[in-house]
Amino acid sequence: MNAYEWTQTLIFFLVLLALVRPLGSYLARVFAGERTLLTPLLVPCERLIYRLCGVEADREMDWPRYTFGILWFNLIGGAALLAILLLQGVLPLNPQKLPGFSWHLALNTAISFMTNTNWQAYAGESAASYFSQVVGFAVHNFLSAASGIVVAIAAIRGFVRRRSTELGNCWVDLTRSTLYLLLPLSLVFALFLVSQGVIQNFQGYRTVPLVQKTSYNKPKLDAQGNALKDAKGNPVTENAPLTEVTIPMGPVASQEAIKELGTNGGGFFNANSAHPFENPTPLSNLVEVFLILWGGAGLTYCFGEMAGNTRQGWAILTVMLALLVLAVGVNYWAESAGNPLVFHQGVTQANLEGKETRFGIAGSALFTAATTGTSCGAVNAMHDSMTPLGGMVPLSLILLSEVVVGGVGTGLYTMLAFVVIAVFVAGLMIGRTPEFLGKKIEVREMWMSIVTVLTSGVLVLIFTALALVVPSAVASMANPGAHGLSEVLYAFASMSNNNGSAFAGLNANTVFYNVCGSLAMLAGRFAPIVATLAMAGSLAGKKYVPASLGTLPTDRLPFMLWLTLVILIVGALTFFPALSLGPIVEHLVMVGR
Amino acid sequence: MRELKSALLLFITFTVICGGIYPLAVTGLAALVYPGQASGSLIADRQGRVVGSRLIGQPFSESRYFWPRPSATTDFPYNPLGSGGSNLGPTNPDYLKTVAQRVADLRASGLTGTLPADLVQASASGLDPHISPQAARLQAPRVAHARGLAPAELDRLIARHTEARQLGFLGEPRVNVLVLNLALDGAR
Repeated sequence: MNAYEWTQTLIFFLVLLALVRPLGSYLARVFAGERTLLTPLLVPCERLIYRLCGVEADREMDWPRYTFGILWFNLIGGAALLAILLLQGVLPLNPQKLPGFSWHLALNTAISFMTNTNWQAYAGESAASYFSQVVGFAVHNFLSAASGIVVAIAAIRGFVRRRSTELGNCWVDLTRSTLYLLLPLSLVFALFLVSQGVIQNFQGYRTVPLVQKTSYNKPKLDAQGNALKDAKGNPVTENAPLTEVTIPMGPVASQEAIKELGTNGGGFFNANSAHPFENPTPLSNLVEVFLILWGGAGLTYCFGEMAGNTRQGWAILTVMLALLVLAVGVNYWAESAGNPLVFHQGVTQANLEGKETRFGIAGSALFTAATTGTSCGAVNAMHDSMTPLGGMVPLSLILLSEVVVGGVGTGLYTMLAFVVIAVFVAGLMIGRTPEFLGKKIEVREMWMSIVTVLTSGVLVLIFTALALVVPSAVASMANPGAHGLSEVLYAFASMSNNNGSAFAGLNANTVFYNVCGSLAMLAGRFAPIVATLAMAGSLAGKKYVPASLGTLPTDRLPFMLWLTLVILIVGALTFFPALSLGPIVEHLVMVGR
Repeated sequence: MRELKSALLLFITFTVICGGIYPLAVTGLAALVYPGQASGSLIADRQGRVVGSRLIGQPFSESRYFWPRPSATTDFPYNPLGSGGSNLGPTNPDYLKTVAQRVADLRASGLTGTLPADLVQASASGLDPHISPQAARLQAPRVAHARGLAPAELDRLIARHTEARQLGFLGEPRVNVLVLNLALDGAR
């Protein structure tokens, strides 16, 4: 790294660290119903919403009712989005007259946005109307993020409450996370993004004349609009003049802010945050990375404060950030080292295929690690075109269950499952009773943590194996050899872990990927949510065991190292064989040729 | 049943707030405070005709213009309706053939020395409006020759259109190809 890149990266992390505590303690006050800066403004809105929706705000729920509330809420939202996408052609705000989605694409996309995945098997600018974007996708960007946050809050209450059957009121928690956190921050940051050049309008697409007229090979179509092919199967083309282009428009900034803050990641445009209208400057780039990480990082402090031990929150964040810094470093190193098959042709070394000039390697590496360490999945560089080891970084971060800060809410509750496992295993090894925050860890907690941590891994391996024996799924690969395997592995890793980024060469808009992906996203999202809430329910009912000499301290360096190892070992044991057949083989092929 | 009703009503309420009030508020405020950026940072040529956006690159292939990065957008290069990268992997034979072809074309146009990677490798969006200052300087002799201008004049033009790192340390220095080419046409 040169001096500029060091400065940029260092300042970024310092700003992030400085703003963890303000957000975290604000969140702790919001969910405790205490007074905050925004209280005078928002309490009337909050009360009005409860009255309109028949919510009894002071009645708390036990874990099954809390869980069913979340599940119903998501189910209704998913059904509404499915209907919007199927009926897009007859709905308003559609200046480009785009038709409805096919059933399998609509199903996949609705589940994708409902589960905070934002896997996109379509290109936004040529497939989704303004109505679908704003009323369909953006609403889910808020509500799926809020769902993740409230599950984390309920999980914290499970550890904190003593001999209680209740976890809070899910409607109140959902309303507060949207009203007090997501909406105000999105509004401020959307306007900031517009100042950098992100567009925000409802105008029709704009056709402009080209400065230099040119021509291109236009594919010939038959009467049905299908591409004509010659005897060898190559497309038939004719030389057509190119004198004007059409620039897409839309309400992008309002979507962009919540897309990052809610770790959703679904791009308005196909190129996502690489598109100059979504991410126009190096500053907008860093602000977007900041938004991706801020919510998850703030929740660790919120956890510490609610648990009455802020050191514990910082300990968890330290483990997350250590892994993040490592990932940024490896990706930066691999991409700067470049592709010898290219630079031996007399080209400068760093790999710029699929990267934007304004961000450079450092801005791309930071974004790539942040978006896959969380459940975001926005991209500012094309992961498919990275060097094999560079591309293995985002893949590995996803496969580690996205705990490297993690999605808003999901990161914290998945990390707490790893903590439970780490405490339990350490307890067995050193002969101490496994306890965390004064709660005894028993068989039920272990079961639920295992479900939370391993569901996605099981899904990834099963669906990847299935794809490799289905000929139509294999035909979707865009690149030959080991890289094709990486594309499929990445696709199911991304969907099972609700990330949404892709090795985007893979043609995912097929019945196989749309349907299998839907199943992976559903199970990958809701099995851990139900397991987490079940664990919270059981923990909340336990009595508090005061710390004694026999208690393993969980907020000190040795435990942080142990937790890091547990995360890495679980990931490596599950995925090393698959990774060695994909990126690792490809790396050997690249450097050995 | 009661919870189901609350779920439905809350979803409708939040659809109105997050899908209606919020985007309209952002649109209104943006139009008020940053009207130029909100509607796409459009730029006009000498005649005042809108010819594009300063954020969206355009294809240039004639010797008298600076060339942008290769683009892998659908249908044709720099198609704003088909943003995206090539998504070709680093060992894909088709990709390596494409790179070799681009290197050969650039050499044939008179470029010497080590080629900047941004002229050989396609961007992520396919609409990248920028190239590195090295890539612009390397093309200056060709453009100068085609236009009958002194190379020193072009170097000055490039220097004037080089955007420094934002705030002095963010991102990479870069040259906006469309803006530079419009300036060239204006200087003629």
